[in-house]
Amino acid sequence: MSVFINKDTKVIVQGITGSTALFHTKQMLEYGTKIVGGTSPGKGGTEVEGVPVFNTVQEAVDATGANATVIYVPAPFAADAIVEAVDAELDLAICITEHIPVLDMVKVKRYMEGKKTRLVGPNCPGVITPDECKIGIMPGYIHTKGHVGVVSRSGTLTYEAVHQLTQEGIGQSTAVGIGGDPVNGTNFIDVLKAFNEDPDTYAVIMIGEIGGTAEEEAAEWVKANMTKPVVGFIGGRTAPPGKRMGHAGAIISGGKGTADEKIRVMNECGIQVAETPSVMGETLIRVLKEQDLYDKCKTH
Amino acid sequence: MNVHEYQGKEILRKYGVKVPNGKVAFTVDEAVDAAKELGSSVVVVKAQIHAGGRGKAGGVKVAKNLDEVRTYASEILGKTLVTHQTGPEGKEVKRLLIEEGCDIKKEYYIGLVLDRATSRVVLMASEEGGTEIEEVAEATPEKIFKEEIDPVVGLMPYQARRVAFNINIPKELVNQAVKFMMSLYTAYIEKDCSIAEINPLVVTGDGQVIALDAKLNFDSNALYRQKDIVEYRDLEEEDPKEIEASKYDLSYISLDGNIGCMVNGAGLAMATMDIVKHYGGDPANFLDVGGGATAEKVTEAFKIILSDPNVKGIFVNIFGGIMKCDVIATGVVEAAKQVGLEVPLVVRLEGTNVELGKQILNESGLNIIAAESMADGAEKIVSLVK
Repeated sequence: MSVFINKDTKVIVQGITGSTALFHTKQMLEYGTKIVGGTSPGKGGTEVEGVPVFNTVQEAVDATGANATVIYVPAPFAADAIVEAVDAELDLAICITEHIPVLDMVKVKRYMEGKKTRLVGPNCPGVITPDECKIGIMPGYIHTKGHVGVVSRSGTLTYEAVHQLTQEGIGQSTAVGIGGDPVNGTNFIDVLKAFNEDPDTYAVIMIGEIGGTAEEEAAEWVKANMTKPVVGFIGGRTAPPGKRMGHAGAIISGGKGTADEKIRVMNECGIQVAETPSVMGETLIRVLKEQDLYDKCKTH
Repeated sequence: MNVHEYQGKEILRKYGVKVPNGKVAFTVDEAVDAAKELGSSVVVVKAQIHAGGRGKAGGVKVAKNLDEVRTYASEILGKTLVTHQTGPEGKEVKRLLIEEGCDIKKEYYIGLVLDRATSRVVLMASEEGGTEIEEVAEATPEKIFKEEIDPVVGLMPYQARRVAFNINIPKELVNQAVKFMMSLYTAYIEKDCSIAEINPLVVTGDGQVIALDAKLNFDSNALYRQKDIVEYRDLEEEDPKEIEASKYDLSYISLDGNIGCMVNGAGLAMATMDIVKHYGGDPANFLDVGGGATAEKVTEAFKIILSDPNVKGIFVNIFGGIMKCDVIATGVVEAAKQVGLEVPLVVRLEGTNVELGKQILNESGLNIIAAESMADGAEKIVSLVK
């Protein structure tokens, strides 16, 4: 088991003929992901990397039975691409694109209310269930199959956490990058809920950063609902206020969204927070041992 | 992206938001001419810098005649204002807004901002104008009223009315206040604002509802469709290294430490600063070279780091995903050759093409200290700059 994606997930790539999309389509195919089609308006009927290209998402879905999409469409057109995927009633849309205007996302989010599709991202590395399905841009080889769920606002910090786990012999059930934008489709609580319900996930690493209050809300949810141990890390302890630290969402404004406040609330809610990014793995292992889960999580 | 108050008011005026008459001045003579042209008995001389708290720092003066305008303008122009938003080094005033004075009866606060928790734009208002909204939220949260705006219909008049009544705008001026808020919302949406804050909004003795101050911020992701806003960019308000970095699409922020950092990914870049600090060092910058960087871009990034005279050592921390380690290594070697490397350099490489990257660094003949992990690298660079 896993969350959101597995070996049966059939994926289309929106914007498949762009250079980044092509590169990652190849990588995903090599990993074993079932890429069944792609879209590129005007290039329908052609093929790239052995994958059929369609003019519209609906055509691609009708022809291939795809249930998920990954979006590499450039930022000015990304909102349109997401809505097209929602309209075609896909189960899952993963949007890698960064720099989407936030007011575009406000509209998209409103449009998605009551619709079937789950959006992950934008501005995210994607989702991977090791050995089964990789949708996004993460380096596949650092992952190993196992029982620890990873959820994060940052791509490279997810790699860092996964790498530490793999080195320590702890495999992962699914790693979900929810993205660094202030308005995103799937939040920490959505992913934590899914991990809580997944019988194959025994523990979770949650990686947050400065800006907003999503980590605090997630921590409260964990305290009230989570039956599995969660450890955390928050990036940006030393970030100056008022500056946007790379991610559009990573900004301390009006004294709100500081790392210290997030860490305080997480600790209060029973989440142990790694002191530095290089001990995320160690922190999890310590908690696994405390809770007698280490042997169950040790995969190699 | 930030703009000056006078630019913000110029934008708002186009949308029918009522603002006082005023003109920008770059010299004392221009300031006096502007005051003459305005012809009002009282004018306000306002320092234009990209930071709040100007009044308290002596950057806003009320002049009752042209001589006073001259005195205040010469006093403020060229002065370095230190406010709670400028940092201790302050900001030099290079522009003034000369504005007609008005007879303030009462001050209010009106703001539009994105609420991340609901993914909606929110209208916030309070009758405690003139003080910072964060302070009001702390001291008297019950005095802040919020209206969540559905993007399908936008801000509705009833919502603006409800706010106007809640903050006790005089009954006969409610319609004016509603029009003010509706126009402000239109400007916010059409110009892709990230913040539109009117503090204070004032009601005047002659019964006008008017924006005495205006703080507009714009979503930098949307600037591609806001060409007229880009024209307002004032490069003198920005750090030269940050401007240079933005030319190469690098995300760079200047800090005051002495350890230069080059990292891929915003999260890892922040975490790298944190771990440097954890081991007792001080980062000189935040730098995310991004996922799709080329060797040329990495070279430029490296040069920007080295252009900071405070930098006594560099820590490169890369976890290659899309970013390939050999590209980083090539860029670092090229930059070191071009500008010379006189400070210690610690490199930690992991991820895609890591072996190739290490090989390029080893064969470069440069004095590069390899790190096994992030913690190892941070410890090494901190001990080397001490």
